[in-house]
Amino acid sequence: MEIGLVHYLTVAAVLFTLGVFGIFINRKNVIVILMSIELILLAVNINLVAFSIFTNTIAGQIFALLVLTVAAAETAIGLAILVVYFRNRGTIAVEDINLMKG
Amino acid sequence: MTSVTLPAIGVVLPELLLAVGSLALLLIGAVRGDRASGLVNALALVLLVLAGIAVAFQGPEKIVAFNGSFVLDGFARFWKLLALIGSAAAIAMSREFFVRERLDKFEFPVLVLLSTLGMLLMISADSLLILYVGLELQSLAIYVIAAFDRDNARSTEAGLKYFVLGALSSGMLLYGSSLVYGLTGSIVFSDIAAALAGGHGVLFIFGLVFIIAGLAFKISAVPFHMWTPDVYEGAPTPVTAFLAAAPKMAAMALIVRVLMGVFPAIVDQWQQIIVFVALASMALGSFAAIGQRSIKRLMAYSSIGHMGYALVGLAAGTPQGVEAVLIYTAIYLATTLGAFAGILALRNGNVYVDRIDDLAGLSRSQPALAFFFAMIFFSFAGIPPWAGFFGKLYVFGAAIEAGLYTLAIIGVLTSVVGAFYYLRVVKIIYFDEPKAPYEPMTPVLKLVLGASSVVVLLFWVLPAPLVGAAAVAAKSLF
Repeated sequence: MEIGLVHYLTVAAVLFTLGVFGIFINRKNVIVILMSIELILLAVNINLVAFSIFTNTIAGQIFALLVLTVAAAETAIGLAILVVYFRNRGTIAVEDINLMKG
Repeated sequence: MTSVTLPAIGVVLPELLLAVGSLALLLIGAVRGDRASGLVNALALVLLVLAGIAVAFQGPEKIVAFNGSFVLDGFARFWKLLALIGSAAAIAMSREFFVRERLDKFEFPVLVLLSTLGMLLMISADSLLILYVGLELQSLAIYVIAAFDRDNARSTEAGLKYFVLGALSSGMLLYGSSLVYGLTGSIVFSDIAAALAGGHGVLFIFGLVFIIAGLAFKISAVPFHMWTPDVYEGAPTPVTAFLAAAPKMAAMALIVRVLMGVFPAIVDQWQQIIVFVALASMALGSFAAIGQRSIKRLMAYSSIGHMGYALVGLAAGTPQGVEAVLIYTAIYLATTLGAFAGILALRNGNVYVDRIDDLAGLSRSQPALAFFFAMIFFSFAGIPPWAGFFGKLYVFGAAIEAGLYTLAIIGVLTSVVGAFYYLRVVKIIYFDEPKAPYEPMTPVLKLVLGASSVVVLLFWVLPAPLVGAAAVAAKSLF
């Protein structure tokens, strides 16, 4: 079987959906949310690289490299905020993030 | 191999100033520690003013640089000045608060500068890549300053919430960008627009929806507003003032440029989405604000509502509509900065208050502050002849010209509902029994409140400068 563009896009769409649901359904742990965010960005990268090959343009691959870099910075900041949050509250359970109602 | 020529550097002069300057300030802070926070704060203000001068002195012609990924036109210049004004006012107002709350760390002005740099890139973005990088630079710095009071559970919770939802929204924006890139084979806006003119598929609309969702989050439009009240309430007040002003300018500029500049060929498709988002934002901004006790939460719902009104102009999809968005957002910026200058002035000794009831009887202890505060809230409510009324007049006028009668009528009705809670604040200021005397305002707050009041109170006398600038800026987009 020839693996074509549609296969790549399907994998990426499934990963993306998993990531989004991981953020909304997860009631346990903020670390899992960080993992879900990473999953979303990886799904986008698969999309970008697959499109880059199939449209025969280089921009998608450069885009993917920049997404990787930004994702690293984003995770670093997310973990840093999580650490100061843990120091104040002593928990990182999602259901305890409720000091303000919104 | 093409070399970068000098004109290309001139095009990004404001951005370069901020990038190099913020790194230099970071060094000063790292060497001298928190003793340098006052110095860093002052230098950051100087940098923003210099960047503003650089923007003002760039010529009026449209320049596309860096292989079509960066554009400088009248539209970009207008928004850049607004974003720089918002950031400068936030930095100026922050000093007093942070010193009293023992939070005067030098990182705050540096992070605001980096965030402003991201905004300038967003405003000038002409490709999906610059759009994403600018947006992330702006957001990452704001995630940190939302959690700036790191020993306070509310502030860190605000930072965490903003981070999680912000990361999700930029993920959606990216997914949409990847689809648009794949279907058009280019990330440069002009190429995408050209490819689009030759027809499009369903998948393309899918990508467009994801991009709009990501951008709507940044201007806190319904249904992507969930973070706004919590982050506004939890973050330290100067950070809230910053959040309510500058990033909104950049995100609004981006949403207008993307929809009007890149997707004009499918205006019928996105117009429905923007009409829905505008309606929902106006309604939620009006109704949810009614029961609020905290001024900062009230300001959050108020900003959701005002972004809804600004989107009414965009929904019209005409040059006149874009001009209305520019005027409305500029007036919103001036009014919001004035309101936050007033909120930051409410201080008993070292304690800052942020409940609406604490405003009671302000008219007797501080008549001048009470008067300007009341006028600003009249302007928010859209009562003539203050500036907010004219802002609404322009956006609803544009919507009616474009035949969106229902949208305009519902908009006017929600602004009547909104007037209830704005007028309630005025009533509390003037007719309730005073609770506590407040300290006199500091000169910086007086300056910001005064400048804001000049715009709000005198717009009807001399509307020409702002309206003229907005018309020129809007024209450069078409």
